[in-house]
Parts: sequence; structure tokens; C-alpha cells
Amino acid sequence: MILIIEQILNGLQLGVMLFLMAAGLTLVFGIMNLVNLAHGALYMVGAYLATYFFQATGSFVLGVALALAGTLAVGILTELVALRTLYERDHLDQVLATFGLILIFNELIAMLWGRAAIYSALPEYLQGHLEIAAGLRYPLYRLLIIVVGLAVAAALWYVVVRTRLGMLIRAGASNRTMVAALGINIRLLYTVVFGFGAALAGLAGIMAGPIYAVQPGMGELVLIQVFVVIVVGGIGSIRGALAGALIVGLVDTLGRAFLKPFLATVTTPTAADAAGPALASMLIYLLMAVVLALRPEGLFASRG
Amino acid sequence: MKPSPRTLVLFAVLALLAAVPTLAAAFNQPFYLDLFRRIMIFAIAAASLNLILGYGGMVSFGHAAYLGIGAYAVGVLAHHGIHNGWLQWAVAIGGSALVALVIGAVSIRTSGIYFIMITLAFTQMLYYMGISIEEYGGDDGIRVAKLSQFEGLIDLANPTAFYYVVLALLAVVLLLVHRLVNSRFGMVIRAAKSNDARTRAIGFSPYPYRLAAFVIAGAICGLAGALLVNQTAYLTPEFMNWTRSGELMFMVILGGIGTTAGPLFGAAALLLLEDLLQGWSLLPKLVHNFWQFYLGIVLVLVVLFAKRGLAGLLRGSKDGADG
Repeated sequence: MILIIEQILNGLQLGVMLFLMAAGLTLVFGIMNLVNLAHGALYMVGAYLATYFFQATGSFVLGVALALAGTLAVGILTELVALRTLYERDHLDQVLATFGLILIFNELIAMLWGRAAIYSALPEYLQGHLEIAAGLRYPLYRLLIIVVGLAVAAALWYVVVRTRLGMLIRAGASNRTMVAALGINIRLLYTVVFGFGAALAGLAGIMAGPIYAVQPGMGELVLIQVFVVIVVGGIGSIRGALAGALIVGLVDTLGRAFLKPFLATVTTPTAADAAGPALASMLIYLLMAVVLALRPEGLFASRG
Repeated sequence: MKPSPRTLVLFAVLALLAAVPTLAAAFNQPFYLDLFRRIMIFAIAAASLNLILGYGGMVSFGHAAYLGIGAYAVGVLAHHGIHNGWLQWAVAIGGSALVALVIGAVSIRTSGIYFIMITLAFTQMLYYMGISIEEYGGDDGIRVAKLSQFEGLIDLANPTAFYYVVLALLAVVLLLVHRLVNSRFGMVIRAAKSNDARTRAIGFSPYPYRLAAFVIAGAICGLAGALLVNQTAYLTPEFMNWTRSGELMFMVILGGIGTTAGPLFGAAALLLLEDLLQGWSLLPKLVHNFWQFYLGIVLVLVVLFAKRGLAGLLRGSKDGADG
């Protein structure tokens, strides 16, 4: 039982990280109609900057703040230099150009920090465990990720639904020509939204650093999972991104933890040994196929 | 009918390719035999992608999947001691067609960005499957000690013989794709690309046609995968890496999307560029170590400024805008 709760928490933790990535990607797609493969690169930039600034300043909080600002700056710069010209192009061009950007980002990181994974530390006060229930000690840092992720989700909901900026974002998603006709600086709105998404991806990378390997190419592994999240949740919908992220996070984590023991009870242990890991790593893609077969627009298709 | 300049260029290039083994032997540079064989294998794969991407408008970001299925068909059979080339290649082609049927049946129901993400995700699924099967080397891959055997007919271990097999297959595939897109079937595919609603209005349901094209493309790419694993003599899940799918797309774009010869030019351009960046002695060491950085810059510039690719340069200025 304790193991199950622990794995559910792990699933939640993966889920909120996927959500931070998916929210930015889905906003950028919903509003600018841009397929941005380089979104994963911003995640990587966030992780590297956080590691670097934490080492340089000695303060974790300061490191996180600087990394967040740094990722925001990198994101806005990328938008201004390269992506801006892509909004009017078709999806094929966008995919290819941002694929090129991934190569550029990965190699730049490799030039600066090398190809091997770098060690990303945690400050002492975040290293402990917290006893949530009798006998269940859960890492403090992972709990923090869940809390921060859910808080960001709530803040995002507030911004999108209750503020003027959110109103513009929603309006831009449903009809951008009309928004521009009403005298809104749509270029500026695009840059703001992109920066916003970049910062969220950076935040996910910053938080991922101490748990996963910080190395060139780390963004793409996450990016493809985020695609699954978006397809499951429905493109352009923040609500869908949250639901999809939690579903994918839980399915993936629980599958990896329990599929093999479960298979061992229905088949022979050797068969379970062979099929378990393979099936577990395929699980979220199978989930995606099922969702598509039943609801091609995703679980929470956005309006228009 | 008078052959167009582009057809002439294609024939000239094929004739040049036929001369490569002689030239490589004359200058004692067997490396080039290997390089151009690899280029032609990727040209076959790119030609199959061109069929659905260039003519059918289906932006498949997972075409490396079939390269992988073809390679695994040969590699796995060889691992279990079955070396008959006819059987291996038939399984490679049939297996890829079957996988393409399943992936296509689900993904063609969607379009646009969904299609891109789904084809990518399915390929990633196969990639992880390859990684997690320890029996066939998992992450590291396994050596394929004995190449596909065609008793008494041809020996693939002979580099020159293998080279001409690939060249012949490339010519057949280019011709096949050319005939296909100019047939009634191809007309429907192209019509559905330019206007789905009108295609329905004149009485064609695009779905079965698109699916058929998707399966044919998968089968051809499976053949390329079978050739590729014979080329490398090594089976690895990296054949299915998503960057491979991206490279195939770039070959199609570089060569000129939706043209017969485009995939060949694109494969040659991309692989020669990669080869130069990695090993050309006139370039500084810094370029060799981080060659993908420069490749990325070239790719971004091509997309932004030279969308019509190399074949576009050969097109007369009169038929500038393609419809």
C-alpha cells in the first residue's frame, strides 16, 4: 500500500513537470499556430543555467531566479531571431526549422559544458525526507516539485481566465486577425506568450536538474512525452494539458513500477521479465492510440 | 515525348553513380564506394517519404520506424540463423507494410499537427521497444555477422556487387514512385493534398488512398532498412531514432519536395555535407567536434530561404510557382 502511494506521488511529480512543458507548448501552438520542437531545448537551457548559477552563487534560490530569467531571455531572443519568421509558414517548415534549432542548442550546450552529464546538486535543506504518513517517507524535493507545479497550474488558470492578458491570449487563440484589427499589438502579444512558455519550460528544466541527468539532448526525451500529453489532452487547451499531463505521468510511472510484477502473476516470471519493461515503456503511446481512436480531438478539445 | 532537362540530369546522375565503383577502384579510394552506397540507400528511404510527404502532403515525422523494422527483420532473422536473403527482405518489406498499416490507420484519421506528433510518438514507441529487448542487444545493438545470402546469384559481401544491387533498386524505386504519382491513384493522392473537400466532392474518399500510399511508402522504406543493416552489418535501435526521421525529411526538402529525383539529390547533399563537416581536413578541429551545430545552421537557413531545394534550381524560371 505504501509503495502504491509512493508511486502515485512519483506519477504526480512527473505529471506536473510534463504539465509545465505542455502548457507553454500548447499556448504557443494555440495562439501562434507554431509547432515548436525547440521547446525541449529551453527545458535543457533551464536545467543547465540553474546548475551553473547555483554553483556560481552558492544560493539555490538565487540560482533558480537567475536561471528563470536566463531561460526567459534565451526564449525571447530565439523568438525574435528565428521563430518570428515561421508563424506564417506551414507546419512542415516549422518542424524542420525548429529541428535545426535543436541541433544548434544541443551543440552550443555541448561546447560550453561538454557532452557528459553534469552533476546538479541540491541544497542541504531540500535533501531530506518528509514523513507523510506512518512508514511513508517521501523526498522533500519531489514534494516541493508537486506543490510548485500545482501552484503554477493555479496561477496559470488565474492569469488565463481572470486577467486582461489572459483575455487577449484566449482571444488570440480563437481569432488572431480580429484581435489585431481591434488594435492589439499582436507581435508583442506573441513575444510575451512565447517568453511565458519558455519560462515555464525553463522552470520544468530547473526542477528536473537535481532528479534527472543534465546533459545535451535531455530536452527531446521530455518533448516527445509532452507531445503525447498534448495529443491526449487536446491541443490548445490548458485544462487538457493539465489532465493529459497527470494521466500520462501516472500511467507511465505506475506502468514502470507495477506492470512487471502484475505480468508475473498472470504469466511466467521469465515472460514477465522480458515483456514487462518493453510494454511499460510503450504504455503511454498505446494510451495515446486508444484516446485517438475514441476521441481524435483529444479529451479536452479547445474551442475553435 | 522530349525528355525534360530534369529527367536528363537524373539519368546523368545515375550514370555517374554507375561509374563510382570503377573510379573508386582506379583512385584506390574504397571509402567512396561505401559512402555513395549509403547515400543511395538513404535516397530509397527518402523517395518513399517523398511519396507521402511531397505528393500526399502527409508530414510523417516517424518515417525512421520503417527503416528500423526493415533492419530488425533482417537482423533478428540472422540472429536466429536464418540467412536466406529472399526471406529476410520479404519479411522486412511485409513487416514494414504491416506496421505502416497499423500506424497509418490510426494517424491518417487526424491531420496537421496531430499527424506530425502521432507519427513521431509511434516511432518513439518502437524505438523504446528496440531499446528494451535485451535479446537483440537492447541499447547497444548487435553485430550482424552474416549478411543476407542470395545463393548463387549475388554476394553482398562483395562491396561492388552490393553497390550495384543498391543502384538497381534505387532506379526501380524512383521509377516506381514516378509511375505511381502519375497514375490515377497518384492523382487522387495529390488532389487530396491540395484540396480535401473538393476531392470528396468529385467522389473520392481520400482515406483509403492515403492509407494505401502510407503503406507503400512504409514497405519501400522497409527495403531501405534491410539494405542499411547489410551496409552497417550492425543492428541498433538508433536506426529508429527520431533524429533519423528528421534527417529523412530534410533530404526530401533539400532535394526539392515532390520531385522524382529530389530524394536522391537531397540524400547526397545532406550526407555529403555531414561527411564534410565531420572529416574534411581543411576544416578546423572545432568544426569536426561540433559538426551538428553547423549542420543545424545550414538546415535553418535552407528552410528559411531555399524552400524549393536543389531540384528547384533545375526547374526553369517559367514554371516558378508550383501549384
